[in-house]
Amino acid sequence: MNGPDTILAAGAADDAPLEEEFEISAKRQSPWRMTVRRLFRHRLFLMGLGLCSIILVAGMLAQLIAPVDPTRLAMRWKFRSPGMDGFIFGTDNFGRSLWSRVIWGAQLSLYIGFSVVALNAVFGTLIGASAGYFRRIDNALMRVNDALMAFPAILLAIAITAVLGPSTFNAILALSIVYIPRTARIVRASVIVLREMEYVQAAVAAGAGHWRILRRHILPNAMAPLIVQLSFLFGFAVLSEATLSFLGLGAVPPTPTWGNIMAEGRQYLVEAPWIITIPGIALMITVMGLNLLGDGLRDVLDPRLRIQQ
Amino acid sequence: MWGVARRSILGSFPVLLIVSLITFGLMRLIPGDPSAAIGGLSATSEQLALIRLELGLDEPFVVQLALWYGELLQGNLGRSIMMGQDVLQVTMIRLPVTIALSLYALVLTLLLGLASGILAALRQNTVIDQLAMVFAMIGISVPSFFLGLLMILLFAVHLGWLPTGGYIPLWQDPIGWLRTSTMPALSLALLQMGLLARITRSTMLEVLRQDYIRTARAKGLPRRLVVVKHALTNALIPIVTVVGIIISLSISGAVVVESLFSIPGMGQLLTQAVLNRDYPMVQGGLLVTTAFLVMVNILIDIAYAILDPRVRYERS
Repeated sequence: MNGPDTILAAGAADDAPLEEEFEISAKRQSPWRMTVRRLFRHRLFLMGLGLCSIILVAGMLAQLIAPVDPTRLAMRWKFRSPGMDGFIFGTDNFGRSLWSRVIWGAQLSLYIGFSVVALNAVFGTLIGASAGYFRRIDNALMRVNDALMAFPAILLAIAITAVLGPSTFNAILALSIVYIPRTARIVRASVIVLREMEYVQAAVAAGAGHWRILRRHILPNAMAPLIVQLSFLFGFAVLSEATLSFLGLGAVPPTPTWGNIMAEGRQYLVEAPWIITIPGIALMITVMGLNLLGDGLRDVLDPRLRIQQ
Repeated sequence: MWGVARRSILGSFPVLLIVSLITFGLMRLIPGDPSAAIGGLSATSEQLALIRLELGLDEPFVVQLALWYGELLQGNLGRSIMMGQDVLQVTMIRLPVTIALSLYALVLTLLLGLASGILAALRQNTVIDQLAMVFAMIGISVPSFFLGLLMILLFAVHLGWLPTGGYIPLWQDPIGWLRTSTMPALSLALLQMGLLARITRSTMLEVLRQDYIRTARAKGLPRRLVVVKHALTNALIPIVTVVGIIISLSISGAVVVESLFSIPGMGQLLTQAVLNRDYPMVQGGLLVTTAFLVMVNILIDIAYAILDPRVRYERS
């Protein structure tokens, strides 16, 4: 069974033109530089990069651009609409500045998304590469993997946070447990193909050890699909975290997250629609930016990536 | 076909076994004493002892596991703390509500997602293609609960066309069901439509590049016939497997959408169970829902074998 991320990766722009670089130059181009050059010619990738940069800069400079404490209550300023009384994004039912809350929320979303991606990169590679390379443990690992993937993703994450209790750390843990099997599957698929390659056989014949073969010959070539997967995963993690905290199972209020700001704003949908609209749009920009980045990376790094059957 | 069916059913046993082990183990991850977590702060020591006795918490781990499986095989998933009812019974009442909603979303997804994906592939690199892909990109980027809130604001609050929430059972009043389910189904469907449109487009493009399509055109068949008979039938085969993922996404999405629109399905039930620390309910609900998805996937494997003769002959 494929994960939702695999379908995401098998998406739209597989026919984007990949101009081969025909120019003959005296300088030898490193593959790395060529990839970067191609990426910077990919319009959708640049668009994604732009959208992500907005959120990234906002999140990183939170202290600087939103110095007002996002949890400071000021009842006499409540329900200011955006732009009123100097509140750029208005205020919520407690008079807290939405500008501050949304920007600090960006920081938290990115932190959680990045943590889930990092854990996936490490453990997904570890599990996927072991299963694909050491065929003896493949079956056992993949059965557990299949079982974890059989659960509806959000439902499993909710059950895990229910057991561990709602907090930022537990949200990261729950989302990692949900998504690592999907990442592992993708790494395993490329490792299985690569280990049969002749150059790997040659390395075996030359007497290279397992560790060296994996590290030097297999993993570097398995990186492309992994990177594509991780960029889509980042978006999925941000989205799932927002869902968890919208349901009251993410970071505990008053810590602002986009999800819990929207959950609180729900009751004031009619009189103060900006409380849900602004974090909603921020969330959309982030996820769309990451999806566009993923599309771009897929086109450039791995134009042949399709749905693995 | 029977070979595929048998293989698929047999293959699901280890998955179900591990799924049940994970759900069982999950309960044991509760930090501290599970009986205290279940009983709550106000529970007396007698009540706690009763809970421990009922769940067999004082037994050794292996005995607990055996007891749990014994009950499971008799269809006994325990009693909900929140509602005092049998977990399986409650689940059987709530699950159909979610399935109906998911099916509605699936119909919308198949109609709009397939159509826009096929159209985009046939009109590759035109305005139609670009528009379809922009919508698909929006679809996979907008969180369902945000879309739901925006729809409530527009269609329920401002225009007053649809109720803001609530639920009318399908068999009681189909029109009422449509009125209460359309916004939730649309919020669920948007993500899936986007996914399906993207995947349909790339599969169609792949198929249209094949030699047999060129041959069919070269022997003078009209384009329309080639598209419908040669391209579409072949492109649909991999798309069938996507349906399984879409149903899984629907059930996941239903968690938040049902809470948003107060629809009494599995999603709302489990969210409330989680917030009320109703562990038997969470455990049982998770297990039944996942078992249901495993069964859906068996059916999809069989459908796949029926549609694709290559699978049928290769594997049997």
